[in-house]
Amino acid sequence: MIAPPKPDLVTVNIDGKEIAVPKGTNVIEAARLVNVDVPHYCYHPKLTIVGNCRMCLIEMGMPAVDPVTKAPIIDPVTGKPKINWIPRPQIGCGTNVSPGLHVKTTSPMVKDAREGVMEFLLINHPLDCPICDQAGECKLQEQSTGYGRGYSRFVEQKNVKPKRTQLGPRVTLDDERCILCSRCIRFSKEIAKDDVLGFVDRGSYSTLTCFPGKQLANNYSLNTVDICPVGALTSTDFRFKMRVWFLKQTNSIDTETSVGANTVVWSREGQIYRLTPRRNDDVNDTWMPDSGRELFKSVMSADRLAATTHLDARVAEAAELFTLNASAGSIAVVGSGRSSVEEQFLTKKLAAALKASTQLVSRVGQGDQLLISADRNPNVRGALVTGLISKLPKIGDAPAASRSANGDAAAPIRTGGLTDLAASIDAGKVKVVVSIGEDLVAAGLTAAQLAKVSVVYLGTHANATSAAAKIVFPTLSVFEKNGTFVNQQFRLQKFAKAVPGPQGATDDLIVLAKLTAAASSAAMASDLGSLWKLISAEIPAFATTSYAQLPETGILIDATPFAALPFVEGETLHYKPAAPAVALTP
Amino acid sequence: MNLKPATLHSIDEVITHYPVKRSATLPLLHLIQEDVGYLPPETCEWVAAKLELQPINVLEVITFYPMFRQKPIGRRHIKVCRTLSCALLGGYKTCEQFEKEFNTHRGEVSPGGEVTIDFVECLASCGTAPVVLIDDDLHEKVDCAKAKQLSDQIKAEAKKR
Amino acid sequence: MAAPAQRRIIFQHIDEPGYSNDLACYVRNGGYEVLKKSVTRPPAELIDEVKKSGLRGRGGAGFPCGVKWGLVDRKSGKPIYLIVNADESEPGTFKDRYIMHQDPHQLIEGTMISCFANNVKQAYIYIRGEMPHGARILERAIAEARAAGFVGKNICGTTYSCDIFVHRGAGAYICGEETGLIESLEGKRANPRIKPPYFPAVLGLYQCPTIVNNVETLCHVKYIAEHGGDAFTKIGTPNNTGTRIFCVSGHVQRPGYYEFEAGKITMGQLLNEVCGGPLPGRTFKAVIPGGSSAKILRFGERFKGKRKVGAEMVDYDWGVDDVPMDFDSLGMIGTMGGSGGVIVMDDTVNMVEALANINAFYSHESCGQCTPCREGSLWMKKITTRMVHGQARNEDAALLKSVADQIPGRTICAFGEACSWPTQSFIAKFGDEFKQYPETKKAAKPVGAHELV
Repeated sequence: MIAPPKPDLVTVNIDGKEIAVPKGTNVIEAARLVNVDVPHYCYHPKLTIVGNCRMCLIEMGMPAVDPVTKAPIIDPVTGKPKINWIPRPQIGCGTNVSPGLHVKTTSPMVKDAREGVMEFLLINHPLDCPICDQAGECKLQEQSTGYGRGYSRFVEQKNVKPKRTQLGPRVTLDDERCILCSRCIRFSKEIAKDDVLGFVDRGSYSTLTCFPGKQLANNYSLNTVDICPVGALTSTDFRFKMRVWFLKQTNSIDTETSVGANTVVWSREGQIYRLTPRRNDDVNDTWMPDSGRELFKSVMSADRLAATTHLDARVAEAAELFTLNASAGSIAVVGSGRSSVEEQFLTKKLAAALKASTQLVSRVGQGDQLLISADRNPNVRGALVTGLISKLPKIGDAPAASRSANGDAAAPIRTGGLTDLAASIDAGKVKVVVSIGEDLVAAGLTAAQLAKVSVVYLGTHANATSAAAKIVFPTLSVFEKNGTFVNQQFRLQKFAKAVPGPQGATDDLIVLAKLTAAASSAAMASDLGSLWKLISAEIPAFATTSYAQLPETGILIDATPFAALPFVEGETLHYKPAAPAVALTP
Repeated sequence: MNLKPATLHSIDEVITHYPVKRSATLPLLHLIQEDVGYLPPETCEWVAAKLELQPINVLEVITFYPMFRQKPIGRRHIKVCRTLSCALLGGYKTCEQFEKEFNTHRGEVSPGGEVTIDFVECLASCGTAPVVLIDDDLHEKVDCAKAKQLSDQIKAEAKKR
Repeated sequence: MAAPAQRRIIFQHIDEPGYSNDLACYVRNGGYEVLKKSVTRPPAELIDEVKKSGLRGRGGAGFPCGVKWGLVDRKSGKPIYLIVNADESEPGTFKDRYIMHQDPHQLIEGTMISCFANNVKQAYIYIRGEMPHGARILERAIAEARAAGFVGKNICGTTYSCDIFVHRGAGAYICGEETGLIESLEGKRANPRIKPPYFPAVLGLYQCPTIVNNVETLCHVKYIAEHGGDAFTKIGTPNNTGTRIFCVSGHVQRPGYYEFEAGKITMGQLLNEVCGGPLPGRTFKAVIPGGSSAKILRFGERFKGKRKVGAEMVDYDWGVDDVPMDFDSLGMIGTMGGSGGVIVMDDTVNMVEALANINAFYSHESCGQCTPCREGSLWMKKITTRMVHGQARNEDAALLKSVADQIPGRTICAFGEACSWPTQSFIAKFGDEFKQYPETKKAAKPVGAHELV
């Protein structure tokens, strides 16, 4: 096996600790590696470096070298190499490590520099903390605790700037709070590729502005709210809703597309207040699309399904239906690319027990080459790996109504993949359809075809299929259960339960297990621990995977068995397709 | 944008001076301002389209540099220097004199629209302070008497028009 | 000892009756002969002469020109640019104005020689927007020179080609900072760049190696190309070679421009003999020797120490009058030679008001990019303006000093020093006046005093 190339390592000394870091690392990141936090505002690991906030100033020095012999000069007192400390502090973000670099992050010079910058940032900053959403997660508040003077010496008039500008449909701007770090401008230009923000005027009167007539309306606008170190850019939706220190944070995955952007769900007492991205340098960096954030709104929507009868009664009813249609092929199971790996595993077991055909609904749209991929199902690959399906579902031809939540004129999403099922229904072969969260009409079946079969529906929201279904099992959304998805990179990532589901809804795994048990007359586990024992035993790709030890940033699984399949995704932030993406025929 | 043919010709010519089009931003803004008298609202989008930029890039530049104005000014532009050397020799009185002569305040258009007086930073002729720039011409040693003289001259030239 | 005579090398023809700024006049006076000879010499030889000459930049920093040229990255394969910094905006400075308006060909010749020495194919003259006549004069001069083969293709009949374009600024002092200038030339807000990594010699205009030189500096290059670096070292004093054009303004009898050998004239000689001393009935109070960014000197101060003269260390004990006008001496006594702009204040001037005027300038000109300068300069301005027009407190002096102390060394560019040194030095030298200002401001102003803010 060829050993991976060793990164070029450089040895530096930070506060007396020696550490070897890859060449090209800046001092802030190097310090992080020895658990030293260098305060900063304008620096962001995923944006270009501007070095304008001056908060990361630290003391640096290089070993003294004899100019003629180039030999290091040793201090006779300490016996250690003499360090020429630079008399002026240097910014950590703009300095890359060099061999022998010595850094002091807590010297009197550094303390003085930080206190100076802190004071300067606060003199024109409005005293908005009591009404500012950023409180509790505000970098200015945090650094003031460490480096603030504690009282103000500024007795002049503070600058007045516009305070409540609607920068776009989802972002509100308060210019007085802005510390002119330019993170939002850099993000809009470099990442979102939507150069609409800039500073107008000069000096301390510089003001963040969106070009008049334009809006910060791209599908990544809320990332500027995440990266704004203060409360200048805030989410209009979240404004004044909740103090962040009351919110519980739960790790989750964006189910909008197969990118599988890592997220954090912020909730309190069973209610979700907002979604933010979670850093994963292999998947989504520190970003997520705005449209993915709005998905939590559906948790409490009016069309949420709730059961009125007892679970076991409905299971019994379903079992009866299955018995009446016991011949092979008279039951069809429609799985979902939105189901978790564990649910797909159980779906496969159920289909086997019912001697039913399996199919998946495809959901294909326009990729944006950033964090929205063409595949709008988060877990088609989970269905492949678990063996629920062996080939990709066909792409639907007629465009369905666009589900784009943020109102952008997105290309409509095509749902499809049920042509074989439609034919079987018309031929009279299939009499019962078990649908795991998929609206069969939206996926391509006609109302007439739907009328020909008895439907057992597991799902969260009402639709044409649930309305026509004989038995309905209301289940849980991604925010209300635990599980894993396999994203477009064949990365297994887990999501966790943030809030309890509504009364009357049951965990999908419990429903599937009970139905499987009823169909096969053998017990089936529904808890993740037991399920994963079975999964590891039966699915080669997961042979050595442990759910309990799955890291928060996921693991890649072996994708070679599926290499030849025509995946629809084109290039996104951290994904390059092996073969050119399948073109969508009009 | 309604620019004179000569201006458009100059614009196209000046863009060739630079390997990167964006560099022509300041020259274009100067040319447009000299043509129209100020930079009308459509300037940002027009220049952005011409130089393959975003309109915000142009707006950022217009508001950074004090010589660019987005509103019309008087027919004559009087810029009095306020920085130390000129102030030491009476620059503030000079400015007040002009304001009195034209019954206006700095930054505004005088009644009748003849002048706008601006109190600007060092004009780099400190040895002949106080210094005043009227349109493109530099006037040196402008004390109150000379300010009155220059004002009279401006008014006379206005009458002739 | 009497003041030496002026040595008008750069300013030889300024305000000379009958001298006009057209090519014919320049050529009649021997113009472009040096360029003709220079393009036949190996470029490296010219760079060597400039290094030997010890020429230091005349824009304000006094950085050795030969060293600056030596730092240029010649291995990258990228084109090398030369930018003439004609953004003369340092308060108190008014020398480049005369060169550009009255003797533009001298600048052009110096520029072309420098371009040839550094293998530059494209140069730009960045002239401040408030000199529209100057821009037109330069453009006309360049056109004349181009027609005569001194600019553009095949200079003086050789295979070397280099063109110059004039680029007008639009009223920002920070465009005088070399990386701010480069940003402005690229069509953006003039925000100076962080160094490292954006040293103009490596990553300058369009991320290509770039030389930025002041107008006067390039004119000296012409002299060096003609007479050699060694000859240049014989003008002026060791490490402060050549002539300097001093721009004297403020409260003297004869303000104006004066070209002397660096270090061969003292402040006292310059102000008293050459400029005629203070205005009638007044006495000198303070002088800023190198543009408003330089630290102020108080008449009556004494400076003592040892300095190197030749090979020996010699004691010095100077009053302000005794200070030789060169970079090193001025640097030694705690100020700087800067741009050569000498601003003189007499006893009618209240230092609080003078500082308020200066602070207003800097807060207006701050680009706003980095925190200490942006907020600090405006804070200092608000304090001094309040002291003059509002309520002055005895503790404001200490507050001003404390604010000013938090800025230098912490900023992206030298503007941090420029905006804070005035406050620091005014408080250090005239602290009592600041502390007593709440009382003094109520009293009547001295006769002849002017409003300053």
